[in-house]
Amino acid sequence: MSLDAEQVKKIAHLARLEINEADIPSYAGTLSNILELVDQMSAVNTDDVEPMAHPMDANQRLRADVVTENNQREKFQAIAPKTEDGLYLVPQVIE
Amino acid sequence: MQWEVVIGLEIHAQLMTNSKIFSGASIAYGAEPNTQACAVDLGLPGVLPVLNTEAVRMAAKFGLAIGANVSRHSVFARKNYFYPDLPKGYQISQMELPIVEAGKLEIELKDGTKKIIGVTRAHLEEDAGKSLHEDYHGMTGIDLNRAGTPLLEIVSEPDMRSAEEAVAYMRKIHSLVQYIGICDGNMAEGSFRCDANVSVRPKGQAEYGTRAELKNINSFKFVEKAINIEVERQIDLIEDGGKVVQETRLYDADKNETRSMRSKEEANDYRYFPDPDLLPVVLDDEYLQAVKDTLPELPDVKRDRFIEQYGLSSVDAGILTVSREAADYFEKVAELSAAAKLAANWMMGEVSASLNKNDLDIKDCPVSAEMLAGMLKRIEDNTISGKIAKEVFEAMWAGDGDADTVIDKKGLKQITDSSAIEALVDQVIANNPVQAAEFKAGKEQLMGFFVGQIMKASQGKANPAQVNQLLKKKLSE
Repeated sequence: MSLDAEQVKKIAHLARLEINEADIPSYAGTLSNILELVDQMSAVNTDDVEPMAHPMDANQRLRADVVTENNQREKFQAIAPKTEDGLYLVPQVIE
Repeated sequence: MQWEVVIGLEIHAQLMTNSKIFSGASIAYGAEPNTQACAVDLGLPGVLPVLNTEAVRMAAKFGLAIGANVSRHSVFARKNYFYPDLPKGYQISQMELPIVEAGKLEIELKDGTKKIIGVTRAHLEEDAGKSLHEDYHGMTGIDLNRAGTPLLEIVSEPDMRSAEEAVAYMRKIHSLVQYIGICDGNMAEGSFRCDANVSVRPKGQAEYGTRAELKNINSFKFVEKAINIEVERQIDLIEDGGKVVQETRLYDADKNETRSMRSKEEANDYRYFPDPDLLPVVLDDEYLQAVKDTLPELPDVKRDRFIEQYGLSSVDAGILTVSREAADYFEKVAELSAAAKLAANWMMGEVSASLNKNDLDIKDCPVSAEMLAGMLKRIEDNTISGKIAKEVFEAMWAGDGDADTVIDKKGLKQITDSSAIEALVDQVIANNPVQAAEFKAGKEQLMGFFVGQIMKASQGKANPAQVNQLLKKKLSE
């Protein structure tokens, strides 16, 4: 499977990446290579193989339901670009 | 053309844990912005999620309560999208292997019809933060206190065929999650939210029409209205030669209309994949049995028992078992007063009306079950009439003490001495000779007039049954 320029742009948009128009053919090529590798792997018969959710052969450990974090808003907001009334301010998002 | 409506609901129930699903920050409602958003919730580099044991237990409890398959092996996945109320750039959710699959619920409609609604799945996920679009100099304010609050997303089959069915199903889930103690059901605070997938198709057609998703409808009333108005819109659109597009729509309660929010991103744009930060959650039979042992008597079972044990109608039993607190209150009153039907009538009458009027919950009812039972006993033993009881109830509500104290203090004891009642009857007949003559001439509807006069003369304290009996006797003399 090989990707065209439109698909590369869409992928970049979904990842919120800005890319140069001139670089698109190269991205299309390298991304397509990855998909080809996936195609090759798909050719392997995996009928008897259980899908793997995680490479570690272990189960999730669970945490006790206890509040262990206290308020550190000041510290967190000291490194935020902009805050007001305790809120983080971001460029306007309107649905 | 006859149209058929097809509705599926996605309900988000916030789980009543102490801490977040993947971090140790509190989920208490109403805190100052961002004071309950820790490094994990903010998605700072290097943090790792650690799953809350209670969130898992509550999800399993829900699954067992609806007779679903609780997965022995479930997996968390990342749902990727960019929005500032979700700083990581993805929501941790479950995709292919949710914790709960294939359950069902029975709903009952107003006319008594029952219907089974399938629950496709319920999965664990984290809630997002809140965006405030108000005046921040053209910027958006973000509060991440809610980010990471555990959610159980309960997805129904497209089994509902009317807004009424959808509301009945939603109420049923709402009642159930509170019964089993996993969600406080507070819709005003957003603890219980609903999205509705609505489509229409010509009656008899097998395939579904294109659906619109109505977002975040925050009351039962609005769910009904939003669905009805959306159905109307879709039918009008199709009949005018148009086409329904798959999109997310927002219900505007003020204008009673739905409007397009954004076209639904293609499902694969979320690029789900297993979250490498979390291992599969494995539950064994022993664990599930232990959770099952903690389930309380469920609403349907309780309703059937109420019908059997207290001789209530199905409708009454259904109303009394909607909430566990109300059901417990009723049972206590029924037991203490030994007058179950009277207790049921009072619960659905004065008690519920007074609670509604004062916007109170049954657990905050100023008249305790013991007090109500005490009053019902006085109705049963003829100390007071049902009418006077309303006065007693109001006094108890106002904090004037229990029924006996109120009856005593206010001198409300019913007059049951037949000679005293006879005297009142004689007096009223003597004072109204014209009406008495008319009655004797056959104008029997004047009976009500006489009863009214006598009750008034006794300040409501005469025993109504005795009044009726004596009055009939006297007037036919």
